Amino acid sequence: MSDAFIQVKGLYKIFGDDPDAVMPLVLAGKSKQDLLAETGHTIGLKEIDLEVERGRIFVVMGLSGCGKSTLIRHFNRLIDPTRGQILIDGDDVMQLSQKELEQFRCHRISMVFQRFGLMPHRTVLENVAFGLAVQKMGRAERNEKARQWLETVGLKGYEAQYPAQLSGGQQQRVGLARALCTDADILLMDEAFSALDPLIRSEMQDQLIELQEKLHKTIIFITHDLDEALRLGDRIAILKDGELIQEGAPEDILLNPADDYVEAFVRDVNRARALTVETVMRPPAGRITAVTIAGALRQMRSHSDDYAYFINNEGYQGVLTQERLEAAARDDSDAVVCERVLEILPPVSPDALLETVLPETLDADYPLPVVDDKGELCGQLSRASLAQALVEGGGGSETAQRGGDDSGSVNGKAVVSAAGAVQR
Amino acid sequence: MADSTWLTEFPSMDRADLVAIRKFLDSGFREFSRNYGDAIEAFFDPLLAFLVWFEQLLLQSPWWIIILVVACLAYLASRSAKLTLGVVAAFLLIGYFGMWDNAMRTMGIIAVSTLLSIALGVPIGILMSGSNRVQSIVTPILDVMQTMPAFVYLIPVVMLLGIGKVPGIIAVVIYAIPPVIRLTNLGIRLVDREVLEAATAYGANRRQRLFGVQLPLAMPTIMAGINQTIMMALAMVVIASMIGVKGLGQPVLKSITNQYFTMGLFNGLAIVALAIVFDRVSQAYAKRSQKHLEGMNSE
Ligand SMILES: Nc1ncnc2c1ncn2[C@@H]1O[C@H](COP(=O)(O)OP(=O)(O)OP(=O)(O)O)[C@@H](O)[C@H]1O
Ligand SMILES: [Mg+2]
Repeated sequence: MSDAFIQVKGLYKIFGDDPDAVMPLVLAGKSKQDLLAETGHTIGLKEIDLEVERGRIFVVMGLSGCGKSTLIRHFNRLIDPTRGQILIDGDDVMQLSQKELEQFRCHRISMVFQRFGLMPHRTVLENVAFGLAVQKMGRAERNEKARQWLETVGLKGYEAQYPAQLSGGQQQRVGLARALCTDADILLMDEAFSALDPLIRSEMQDQLIELQEKLHKTIIFITHDLDEALRLGDRIAILKDGELIQEGAPEDILLNPADDYVEAFVRDVNRARALTVETVMRPPAGRITAVTIAGALRQMRSHSDDYAYFINNEGYQGVLTQERLEAAARDDSDAVVCERVLEILPPVSPDALLETVLPETLDADYPLPVVDDKGELCGQLSRASLAQALVEGGGGSETAQRGGDDSGSVNGKAVVSAAGAVQR
Repeated sequence: MADSTWLTEFPSMDRADLVAIRKFLDSGFREFSRNYGDAIEAFFDPLLAFLVWFEQLLLQSPWWIIILVVACLAYLASRSAKLTLGVVAAFLLIGYFGMWDNAMRTMGIIAVSTLLSIALGVPIGILMSGSNRVQSIVTPILDVMQTMPAFVYLIPVVMLLGIGKVPGIIAVVIYAIPPVIRLTNLGIRLVDREVLEAATAYGANRRQRLFGVQLPLAMPTIMAGINQTIMMALAMVVIASMIGVKGLGQPVLKSITNQYFTMGLFNGLAIVALAIVFDRVSQAYAKRSQKHLEGMNSE
């Protein structure tokens, strides 16, 4: 038995008058459309198995009507399953009595709604404090807490306003503050940012990421936007017609889509913003560690490339080229390798998003060295591998990546324009 | 030939059978009222006592205190000096034309039957909103209550309780209660599903959801229902006066039978004045208590 924080096992949800009666048909594999046409029952969810680890952001995505809202409403039992189990921290949510369920909703789990779900007759402050008011916490105490959370989400000064007086982005901040105010360790977010315009949406995403760094909540986040999913998710699950198609780390989904449905999803994604250097870098070309020019030239000639990364005790220093080394050797082959012969090429971090390293990569004459935070050279990023990842992705680049040898600087010029087109 | 008379004449029930049915029902009900009339009357005694007390309060208090109180209430409800002045003027005119006592009696009846309608109607509306079954049972009953001519249900009420204030109140309530029930039900059903879901998701129980979310959000609709109920209660005043309810209705009834045009007109206008006062004040109150909606409308 696994010890994941949240486990969903064999979950089925069928909407209609008599779900149990049509269950055999569903188990026999009847499709959603057929079942609806023949029996008037809708398959909401079908055989969902999931595990969510504590402190992670788990993203569920899929097209409209695929059952995302239905799934998320099972975690706090706004909807009861037709069949299956939901374990949270080892407890079966289905076994809770009405009282226990209310307590569970009060203290353990909170929710942010797609259309905000704010109470129009209560002020912003009262809305944020709602969860605490339900718990019968004293007015002064709960208002104090609500005030703090409002400040955290950047809405200080709006306490006495009514939701209708705020913009959509501000209302969703109130929704977020309300969810955070009860100190629940699980946060359900049903398309929380979908109703916001792109600018405010990415602002809210930043805020969520920033908050999550401090709070380490377990977040189930629903979206139909893959860019958002890739940005926020530690894991991503993709639903289609109530079925779980694929579940995995963001790069997995992007680089190895399970079927055409997922593939169609990932086709339009802005890869530059989704993939990190680590996922597309290749093993580094030669390293040169010799101290003198002559030694360096000898090491260089043993590599196939006409460039190599110079590394000394202090780690990566710069790029050496055969041409320059040979010129320097004609002067004084016993001289020490120094800045005069080194070509300075800024290293990039393996965790950087491709988007952020795009200009440097395109500007450089040689593949950029990838240096991790310990100063180790762990790979190189060429224009070719960057362009390939941006243009097609999928299985193709995966094999090319494993191929090892890098022909970047040869046909670099040709792919630069392609990469430029992807960058827009 | 004799067999085909049903083609030209409706094949109605045998006269004797019809009489039998009538006899059966009439005597059954008479029996019922003879046996239980007193018990039922006793049941309504507290209501009668309250009604009498309230009427006496209105009648015994000096007229200027009443006007002062009414003006204060109107101002508190509406926060509008203009409306308050209008209310005072209406009462002064009613008093000046010699209809003060009757107006007070009518106000007493209206106030009590409105309170009764709210006290019964809102809970029924809440029950209805919670279950489609209850709704499908109550709705046709409300339809009958609203369309059945008032005189018809006056008969059993009078047979049971005789003539007087209580049957009058019952008649008024039967006639006036449907709007508040219907609109309470409607208002609660119209509450945004997601807002209610949010309350549930934060652990609110049934009672907290009802009083914290559903009723407050349904309030504008419920207030519209209460307003309708007051108006319909006023409309029943004349009919209620036929079974002994004193007030502005009686002079109107008298002027119909004796063809006193002016008397009828004045009392009729007094009823209209009361109606306008109740309507404007309750609507101003409803509007003022829904301040949060203002931002929404302007958006
Ligand atoms: N109460 C209900 N009764 C009947 N069918 C329902 C009910 N709720 C949802 N469904 C059905 O279940 C399916 C999934 O609905 P759900 O609301 O979970 O979709 P979703 O993925 O959240 O879509 P969206 O992105 O549009 O919010 C739909 O086919 C819908 O018709
Ligand atoms: Mg949804």
